[in-house]
Amino acid sequence: MMGRDRQVAGGIRRRMVVAAAMMMTAAAAVGVLPLSAGNAAAQEARKGGTLSIILQPEPVTLTPSTNMAQPTQVVAGNIFDGLVAYDFDLKPKPALAERWEVAPDGLTITFHLRSGVKWHDGKPFSAADVKWSLENIWKTIHPRNKSLFENVTQVDTPDDSTVILRLSKPSLPILSVLNGVGAPILPKHLYEGTDILNNPYNNKPVGTGPFVFKEWKRGEYVELARNPDYWEAGKPYLDRLLFRIIPDAAARAAAIEKGEIQYAPYNPVPFRDAERLSKLPRLKVDTRGYEWLSPLLYLDFNVENQYLKDVRVRRAIAHAIDRAALAKIVWFGYAKPAISPVPSSLVTFHNTKLPQYPFDVKKAEALLDEAGFKRDANGVRFTLTHDFLPYGDDYRRTGEFLKQALKRVGIEVTIRSQDSAAFIKRVYVDRDFDFAISYNNAFPDPQIGVVRAFWSGWLGTGTPWTNGSGYRNARADALIQEAGVEGDPAKRIAEFNEFQDIVLGDVPSLPLLELNFFSVYSADLQGIVEQGDQVYSSLKNARFVDAPKAN
Amino acid sequence: MLTYLRRSAAQLVFVLLGIALINFFLLHLAPGDAAQVLAGESGAATPEYMEALRRQFGLDQPLYIQFLRYLGNLATFDLGYSFRQSLPVSELILQRLPATLLLMGTAIGFALVAGCSLGFLAARRAGKLTDTVISIVALLFYATPVFWVGIMLIVVFSVILDWLPVGGMTSVEANLGGLALVGDVALHLVLPAVTLGLFYLAIYARLMRAAMLEVYGQDFVRTARAKGVRLRRIAWRHVLRNALLPIVTTLGVQLGSILGGAVLVETVFSWPGLGRLAFSALFQRDLNLLLGILFCSSVVVVLVNIAVDLVYTLLDPRIELG
Repeated sequence: MMGRDRQVAGGIRRRMVVAAAMMMTAAAAVGVLPLSAGNAAAQEARKGGTLSIILQPEPVTLTPSTNMAQPTQVVAGNIFDGLVAYDFDLKPKPALAERWEVAPDGLTITFHLRSGVKWHDGKPFSAADVKWSLENIWKTIHPRNKSLFENVTQVDTPDDSTVILRLSKPSLPILSVLNGVGAPILPKHLYEGTDILNNPYNNKPVGTGPFVFKEWKRGEYVELARNPDYWEAGKPYLDRLLFRIIPDAAARAAAIEKGEIQYAPYNPVPFRDAERLSKLPRLKVDTRGYEWLSPLLYLDFNVENQYLKDVRVRRAIAHAIDRAALAKIVWFGYAKPAISPVPSSLVTFHNTKLPQYPFDVKKAEALLDEAGFKRDANGVRFTLTHDFLPYGDDYRRTGEFLKQALKRVGIEVTIRSQDSAAFIKRVYVDRDFDFAISYNNAFPDPQIGVVRAFWSGWLGTGTPWTNGSGYRNARADALIQEAGVEGDPAKRIAEFNEFQDIVLGDVPSLPLLELNFFSVYSADLQGIVEQGDQVYSSLKNARFVDAPKAN
Repeated sequence: MLTYLRRSAAQLVFVLLGIALINFFLLHLAPGDAAQVLAGESGAATPEYMEALRRQFGLDQPLYIQFLRYLGNLATFDLGYSFRQSLPVSELILQRLPATLLLMGTAIGFALVAGCSLGFLAARRAGKLTDTVISIVALLFYATPVFWVGIMLIVVFSVILDWLPVGGMTSVEANLGGLALVGDVALHLVLPAVTLGLFYLAIYARLMRAAMLEVYGQDFVRTARAKGVRLRRIAWRHVLRNALLPIVTTLGVQLGSILGGAVLVETVFSWPGLGRLAFSALFQRDLNLLLGILFCSSVVVVLVNIAVDLVYTLLDPRIELG
C-alpha cells in the first residue's frame, strides 16, 4: 500500500540524487558551479511518481464545455490546453497559441497556433478544432462566454495553424478567458455532428494537455496518466494524477495529515483545520493560484422588499456591517474587506474613488430613522429573513454574523437554510427572499463575472447568478452594453468606473469580502502553484523533490 | 405455500406501482430542478444555457408526460437515464452495488454474530458483572453517533497508529491485482464495517438478551429444568431457538435497507456505496437516479419480507403461511 509505494519512490529518489551528485561533482571539477549550488542540487526535482489530489465534490462531467463547476475544471485543466494560460498578473501567456494579434480597431483577433500538437488519440490538433469549438460551444451553450463571443461573425482558418476571429463589434474581454477551461477546445473529429451535451467523450475526455484520461471510478477516483507526447518537452514530470473523492471534511483533513493526499485545492478543509495543518512542517497552505477567479462575497438586497426598496435602508445595512471583523472572525483572515463589486485584483478596472460605507453604527441608525423606520418598544425597527448560500458552514456563520450586526441597529434577522437547488429557485426564480449572501467569481474582466449581477436584461428569465437584487438602472445597463463592445481600453475603464460609482451608490448588492481560497500541499512538492489560473490549469510543472535535510 | 407466493407476487406489483407513484410526485415537490443545480454549480448561466439543459433533461415536458414516460420505462425494466451523470441509472446502481453489498454484508454479518453471542452471554449471566458490562457497552455504541465513532477510529487506527487506510475502497496508487487486491480491500473494509457493525451489534445484543430472558421465564423451560436437562442444553436447544424470531425480524428490516447503504459511514470513509449516491442525487435533483435507487430498494424490501415469512415457518413450525 502507501508504505510500499513510498519505499519504491524512495529508491528512485536515491538513485536520482546519486546521479545528480555525480553530475555536480563533474561540473564543479570544471568550475561551472558555484559552491553554494550544493543546496539547490539537493532540491533537484525527480521525475515520476503519483500525485494524490483531493477532488470535492465529485464532478458531473470531465469536459468543461457546458459545466463550469469547480471539480470539473480542476480535473479538465490537466487534460485540455487553452489557447493561452494566465500569469499571476493575469496577463495571457502562450499555450496552444504561440502568439496573437488584436487589430487596432479590435475587430480582428489572429491566433498563431503551435504546430505538431496532437490530441490524446493521436489525431493532429489544428485550427479547425478551434473554429469548431468557438462556433459550437463558446458562442452557444457555454454558460459564461456567450456574451463575449456573440459578436464574432466569422472565423477564418487560412491554414492549419492560424485562426482569425472577425467581429462586428470589439470584445476585449475575450483575451481574459482563453485558458483550457475558460474557452475549452474540443476535438472536432469526435464531436462534430453529435449531440454535444450527451457525447460519450464528455466523460472520457480527449484533449491535448499534459495528462491523459485513464479511468473514472465513480464515487472513488479519477485517474490521469502522463502524456508522453506532450508538446512541451520534458513535461509533465509526474507519471500519474489520482483525484480522490473524499466527501467528509474530517476525513479529508486526516488523509492530508497522514500524507495519503499530497495536494488539496479549493478550501479542502475547514479554516480551523487549515490553521492546524499550516503549522505542520510537512505541509504548506497557499492562497496563490486563484487570481484568475477573484471570488467576491456579496449581499443581494431584494429591491422589491418593502423596507429594502429604500436606498437609505440598504446604505444603513452597509454601514452596520464591520467587514474587517467578518473577514477576521468568520473567514479566519482568508478574506479582505471588499469596497467595490470589481475586486481589487482586477487592477485596471478596480475603482478606489467610490462611495464608501465604513463601519458606523450611529450613521446606520440615523439613516434608518431618516427612512422612517423607528425602533418600537422592543427596540426593533423591522424584521428581515436572511438566506445564506448553502455552500457550507462559512456561509452560515456569515449569516449569523450579519444577524448580530443588524440587531445592533434594530433590525431583527431570521436565518433560513435550504439546499442549493432550493436556494437558487428562491432567489433567482421565485424572488421570494429579503436578502441573501452569495459569491461570484469576477474573473479578470468585469464583463465576465461582475456585470451579470446588475444587468437587468435577463430579469424575469429565472437565470441563476444574474441580478439577484432585481435592480434596474438604465444608465448602468447602458454602460454595461457600451463597455461590452468598446474597443478602446481606456474608454472601457472609464465606463466601468462610472458603472461602479452608480451601483455602489444605489447599492442593490453590497460587496462584502474578497475571498482568498487556499490549497494545502505536501512540502516536498515543487511547481504546484506557478500561475494565476493554477487551480484550473495543469500540474505539468509539479514534481516531487527530496525534502531538504534539516541542519 | 404456492398460494402464498402467488398472492405475494400480485401484491408486489401493486405495492411497487404505488411506490413509483408516490416517489415520483413526492420528489417533484422539492423546490428547484436539476438544471438549476447544474447552473448553480457552474456559477454562471445564460437563459439559452438553461433552456439547453432543460431540453437535455426532458424537463421541458409537462409533469404527467414525464410520469408516463417513467412508468413506460419501468414496465420494460428500464430504470431510465441519469442526464446529470450521462449514464443509465441501472449502470450507476450496478457500479455501486458490489461495494454496498460488501460493506453492509460484512457489517450486518459481524453485528449478527457478535451481537447475538454477546446477548446470549448476557442472558445466561443475567444480573451478573458480565451482563452489566455487555449492556453498558451495547448502550454506549447504540447511543454514540456513527460518524463520530468513524472519525475517532480513523484518528486512532489510521492517523496515529498508521495501521489502516483513512478511507476509500482500494489503494489505487499501488496498482494491485489478484490476492494483494483482495487483501487491500479487506484492509479498507475493516474500519467502515466495524463502525457500522458496532451500531447494529448493540441492537442485536440487546434484542437477544431480552428475547432469551423472556423465553427463560416460560413454562416449557421450567419443565425442561424439572426433567433434569442440563443448563447448557436448555440455553442452546430450547431458549436460543425460540428467541431467534425477533432477531430474524430485525435482520429482515436491516437487509431490506441494505440498498439504501449507510450514508454517514460511506461519507466518513469515502466508501463508494449506494447511500452516498442516493444522498447526492437528492441534493442534485437527479430524480431519475433517485427514483431508480428507491425503486430497487422497495423491491428488495418486499422480497426480504417474503423471505422472512418463509424463515418463520422453518424456525417455528406452528406458523403457517396461508
